[in-house]
Amino acid sequence: MSTRDLAWAVIAVVAAGCARATVVETPNLGRPATAAQIAGWDISVGPDGVGLPPGSGTAAKGAVVYEQKCQACHGAKGAGQPNDRLVGGQGTLASKTPVRTIGSYWPHATTIFDYTRRAMPYVQPQSLTDDEVYAVTAYLLHLNGIIGDSDEINARTLPTVKMPNRDNFIIMYPARPR
Amino acid sequence: MDPSKRRFLKRSVVLLGASGLVTSGSKEVGAFEPPDVPPWMKSPGAGFNEYGVPSKHESKVTRTLIRSQPGTTGSGAARTPLEALDGTLTPSGLHFERSHSGVPDIDPDKHRLLIHGMVKRPLIFTIDALLRYPMVSRIHFLECSGNSQFLYQPTPPSLTAGQTHGLVSCSEWTGVPLRLLLEEAGVDPGAPWILAEGADAAAMSRSVPMAKAMDDAMLALFQNGERLRPENGYPVRLFLPGWEGNMSVKWLRRLKVVPAPIMTKDETSRYTDLQADGRSLMFTYPMEVKSVITRPSHGMTLKGAGLYQISGIAWSGGGTISRVEVTSDGGRTWTAAPLSPLVLPRALTRFRLPWRWDGSASVLKSRATDDTGAVQPERDRFIADHGNNAIFHCNAIQAWGVAANGEVKHVYA
Repeated sequence: MSTRDLAWAVIAVVAAGCARATVVETPNLGRPATAAQIAGWDISVGPDGVGLPPGSGTAAKGAVVYEQKCQACHGAKGAGQPNDRLVGGQGTLASKTPVRTIGSYWPHATTIFDYTRRAMPYVQPQSLTDDEVYAVTAYLLHLNGIIGDSDEINARTLPTVKMPNRDNFIIMYPARPR
Repeated sequence: MDPSKRRFLKRSVVLLGASGLVTSGSKEVGAFEPPDVPPWMKSPGAGFNEYGVPSKHESKVTRTLIRSQPGTTGSGAARTPLEALDGTLTPSGLHFERSHSGVPDIDPDKHRLLIHGMVKRPLIFTIDALLRYPMVSRIHFLECSGNSQFLYQPTPPSLTAGQTHGLVSCSEWTGVPLRLLLEEAGVDPGAPWILAEGADAAAMSRSVPMAKAMDDAMLALFQNGERLRPENGYPVRLFLPGWEGNMSVKWLRRLKVVPAPIMTKDETSRYTDLQADGRSLMFTYPMEVKSVITRPSHGMTLKGAGLYQISGIAWSGGGTISRVEVTSDGGRTWTAAPLSPLVLPRALTRFRLPWRWDGSASVLKSRATDDTGAVQPERDRFIADHGNNAIFHCNAIQAWGVAANGEVKHVYA
């Protein structure tokens, strides 16, 4: 590009900026992503269950996985210590000593699957099979009294689980009168 | 006590430098003072070096209150030592750190950013590619929403300014406007949210409103002129000016355009604000207007009555700092403090005010106002409104008590 071309490009950008700030030329260096590439990385699961993989688990199966891979950090039956407590605390949130756990606080059951699959166990994230993640999710829901120990958790049932604290969140975006 | 004895000096008084406030060990006299010539003038100094580091005499100026979850080294935070710094920009090596599962060691040649979801053309970008895109540079603070959380405690914690408020730092960030890449991917103009995900071991993720993504969101590649530090997201991070720090996802690897928030752990169970009534505020994105006096502050000792300069920082995720007022009598009288000329939106702003201390017990506070009219609240008011159960988004006024012996301590007043 000559200096003159460059000058015109700048003028074009400035002129475009006056009319609409969105016109900036880009080099178009993104490579098309294939479906297989996306599938390998797309690990997010929303409350509607989109993104949940095939597979299933129950609390009974999850107890075994939990004892092997979770208990060292989160205590027996999710009681906590040395790290976060996962069970109990329902009814404490308005007290002087609130206990925030999956059962008392988390608004969406799908988050348990999403977070466990992406980040747990802490020292070996993304190592559990999908069935193991479903089973641990079921176990944690069961320990919190939300499902029975033989209830099957899968892509269809998990989004239908209603968490106890679901309706106690006030959405502050976009309005925020603080 | 006679208020007139400790009134603020008028602006015409020459502002003193920052020195002379804290005792700095033994004073050697003799060979260093005039008329003698100091030894470092009597032989050539050290040679050049490839990457400069602070003077060895500043080795105590480090990140502070470094804490991690039990059994982990990288799930926690390290704070900026605000009381040891001045001006408005934070040295990159002292920028606060907040990580959820350590700092990944990423080879930039092997890092990829995937944009997919509600777009016409899912795309993968290399870092080399991103470096060819049009960039912008902006000076902004970054603040963890857990900053100042110790002020929720019922009694004033014995902590320095950096330990209480050092989860805020300010840098010049340079990178590619996110909007350009979303447009290249053919983003659905009606799509309302984007899931941003990091390449750390937590695959830390947050849902970001499209309006912010298309407004001032940036894919930051440079911090204070050099490539990002690893602990701040090398080789690329999302940067959302003024919003709670954890949303500026570090080590960014994936952006998925989605129809609704994903409700990740960090936007539901973690970074939400439990109120006294048991309900919680969710999606509390902008950081509130706030200020803190960095000098004098907790842990320092004034060396007798006389003239000092009060210095501090103010900032707001809502806009630009328009006013900072300072009191030395616990809030009975307030004086507007001059702002150092670099007053930018969503950036640290330095205020300074000369103060003649009469040697009596005093309480110093600062109160910031931004250009939306938001005013930093007193702690009593803040706790009355929000309770003690929250962890995040505390912007209460910070008070430092100065005792007659010159010791400065954190107080609630």
